[in-house]
Amino acid sequence: MTPSHSGPSDRLEASLAGFDVPAARPPDFPTADVSYAVDDTPIGRMLLACDGSGVLVASLFTPDAAAEEAALQRLAARISPRVLRRPQSLDEARRWLESYLDGGRPGAAPAWALSLATPFQIPVLTTLAARVGYGDRATYGQLASWAGRPQAARAVGTALGGNPLCVVLPCHRVVGASGSLTGYAGGLAAKRYLLELESTSL
Amino acid sequence: MTLPPFQLLVDAHWRDVARLAHALVGPDDGDDVAQQAWLQAWAAYPSLTSATNLRGWLFTVTYRCATDAHRGRGRRPVPVEDPSLAAAERPAVDPPATASDESGVWQIVATLPPRQREAVALRYVADLDHAAIAAALGTSTAMSRRLVSDALGSLRKALS
Repeated sequence: MTPSHSGPSDRLEASLAGFDVPAARPPDFPTADVSYAVDDTPIGRMLLACDGSGVLVASLFTPDAAAEEAALQRLAARISPRVLRRPQSLDEARRWLESYLDGGRPGAAPAWALSLATPFQIPVLTTLAARVGYGDRATYGQLASWAGRPQAARAVGTALGGNPLCVVLPCHRVVGASGSLTGYAGGLAAKRYLLELESTSL
Repeated sequence: MTLPPFQLLVDAHWRDVARLAHALVGPDDGDDVAQQAWLQAWAAYPSLTSATNLRGWLFTVTYRCATDAHRGRGRRPVPVEDPSLAAAERPAVDPPATASDESGVWQIVATLPPRQREAVALRYVADLDHAAIAAALGTSTAMSRRLVSDALGSLRKALS
């Protein structure tokens, strides 16, 4: 590196290094392998992501920058590193989520895929989506049973905690045996909000 | 090896890529070169075998796009060992319409031999060390130092 010394050379080098292009804009990309958007919602900051076909692959709680970066790393590792912020690709999903959280009885969820799910999570979450509808609730034990894992209620709980498609795949509708709310990826306040939303909307 | 999500690369480096592009080719082509560089990086990204110096890689792609832009305009970069031999080739002065260059020094840089301009841009805008500059220019570290010091000499003279 350049040894430090005072004098005209330093000023010249500083002038050179101070070159800037204030009117510059970020690059524009026609497509992405994974597109994402981050929005503040009534239940917290959420990241939505879809693949190249527009299929939703993630709906995650990202309360801070670290959580957002972790979500993006997960998408890069599992699907493709060509991940770009492109909210326009998530318009349908964002509208669906906004309407849902406003209390409107939601229409069909956007097309989704369990690209981010583990092999254990896939039958658990698929069963959840098929059997626990709007306004319904199920216990971890019931879900474990339906998913063909009757002894694995705790593992089912963990699997739900890592649900890559929160709200879309309704892990918020799964409660403890006594009806207690136990856990939720977005926090218990969010879970309560969603359950109350669904019960008052019926 | 896991590659970081591309958006993080864009967020971290788009300003510096734009600065380097404009320093190398001037304001008329700077935006185009930067955009081209990003599209090339995007295409090549999944094939990368190392993630250790992505910033340097982006600058290399930018430098190559800048060289292609010059070539496209019919100005061939002269691969000479002695930079003073290229002194006869003087690119037109680019008015810095979109750049911020208070001392006007970059206007003078644009009149230097292409290899000196490139070395100065890579040294002071991309902040590369001489080994990296040498690798980009396809020359030796010693030549990189000489290109930069000759350029500074010309600049000091022009500014005095």
